[in-house]
Amino acid sequence: MLCNVCKLNEAKVHLTKIVGDKMQKVDLCEDCSKEKGVDDPTTYSSEDTFLGQILAGEPAAPEPSSTEPTVKCPTCGYSQADFKKAGRFGCSDCYATFGEGLEGMLKTMHKGVRHTGKSPAAFQQTRAEAQKLKLLQKRLDKAIAEENFEEAAQLRDEIKRTK
Amino acid sequence: MTIHEFLAPPAVSCQRSGPNDQIVMSSRVRLARNLRKLPFPSWAKKPDRLRVLETILPAVESLPQLDPHFASAMDDLTPLDRQILVERHLISREHAAKSAGSGLVVNQEESICVMINEEDHLRMQALRPGLQIKACWQAIDALDSALETKLDYAFSPELGYLTACPTNLGTGIRVSAMLHLPGLVLAEEITRIINAANKLNFAVRGLYGEGTEALGNVFQVSNQMTLGESETQIIERISKALNQIIEEEENARTTLLEKKPKSVFNHIGRAYGILANAHTISSKETMNLLSLLRLGIDLGMFKGLERSVTEEIFLLTQPAHLQQQHTEKLGAEERDILRADMVRDRLRSVQRPQAPK
Ligand SMILES: [Zn+2]
Ligand SMILES: [Zn+2]
Repeated sequence: MLCNVCKLNEAKVHLTKIVGDKMQKVDLCEDCSKEKGVDDPTTYSSEDTFLGQILAGEPAAPEPSSTEPTVKCPTCGYSQADFKKAGRFGCSDCYATFGEGLEGMLKTMHKGVRHTGKSPAAFQQTRAEAQKLKLLQKRLDKAIAEENFEEAAQLRDEIKRTK
Repeated sequence: MTIHEFLAPPAVSCQRSGPNDQIVMSSRVRLARNLRKLPFPSWAKKPDRLRVLETILPAVESLPQLDPHFASAMDDLTPLDRQILVERHLISREHAAKSAGSGLVVNQEESICVMINEEDHLRMQALRPGLQIKACWQAIDALDSALETKLDYAFSPELGYLTACPTNLGTGIRVSAMLHLPGLVLAEEITRIINAANKLNFAVRGLYGEGTEALGNVFQVSNQMTLGESETQIIERISKALNQIIEEEENARTTLLEKKPKSVFNHIGRAYGILANAHTISSKETMNLLSLLRLGIDLGMFKGLERSVTEEIFLLTQPAHLQQQHTEKLGAEERDILRADMVRDRLRSVQRPQAPK
């Protein structure tokens, strides 16, 4: 999670304030929290106005210059500008279309940038098959290098069957 | 069949109980999924949204684990029906506002609810009373595995399940629990707890999710990160945090009773006094006072009053549930009067609270 102020450093200070029964939240890096004087959680003196300032809204992002060529998603017609406005994509192919720079954004949101959870069974199967093929290919290369032709022939058959 | 006829009445649904339900009102695990090559709901034009609904709805309805279920297109439900579903925490406020091309499937137990064309094509959730995160995950994992054979999910081996908003990318999982934390609020420790939860990257929200107020001392705690960790890791991490919050709430109650017993009894006694005698009362005040009544029950101050009764009143006094019990259209003022009448009536036979010995 990145600092709400400088948007550069990892946020280390997390402030939540309950005003009435509304909750407000700000995440800051160490530098910015010191600069704003809210690094010490026991003194919340300046926090009210400060939280208000940040939560009142960030300055609007500059309009993209008209000379910039617009990349559009071939599947759904979504543009980078649409994404900046909505914070959401147009379709699942947009992840490939706008893949550049995606990793930086994902880093600010998530624990990692690679999926490590559940996969559909069909994908698991393809992945297992791919791994098996790779292993067989390796053994085949080794058998050929060692001029072990009988084993090589067997491995070739097995690879054919797996494919 | 209408949704009212299908769902169990609050008197029945509020009887459902689970582990740790003194503090944890309910647990929920939600998964977000989308179909390949089709625009996400907010970018899709009506024909594409309808196509998605026509693809997903029969696939979901064919699943045996959802029987018996209620299914409907959102535009076939009246605004009142939709609000009822929001008050029962079955659909989001955003989904209630959706029109043509959105749909819902809910089973009679209210333990599984599927939203079609909410922010993503498919949002399926498992719900359980009390602290039952793992059971929720197992139920929704099985439902998802059954659906993946019928639907063409958008999935990338590197990025996982592809979602409309990159904040849900990867596992698409949102694990959450609804907690009743009057002790921490009265002890003025709630801000510290929320900050600690935030530091662990968990979000803390009010009763109806995103951007809502913490009414009735009810807080929703959920994970924010969905990529780079497996579902099981996320569940283990949040379960640990939830157990810590439960312990903090228990400690806060014990300390309050030791240090400021009169202040605690005063809050609870006054809450009873107002609820049992008011002739007009807002939904917000009702929720906040019912929270104190519930605390009184937990502390053994009310003889013969069950926690489920406060939950039932809580639900029945929400605007849409209140309207549903009356044929004529109610204004806000009439609702406040009818609400007070109902609460007075329900508490008529309840004895005044006694300080625990
Ligand atoms: Zn900073
Ligand atoms: Zn696209």
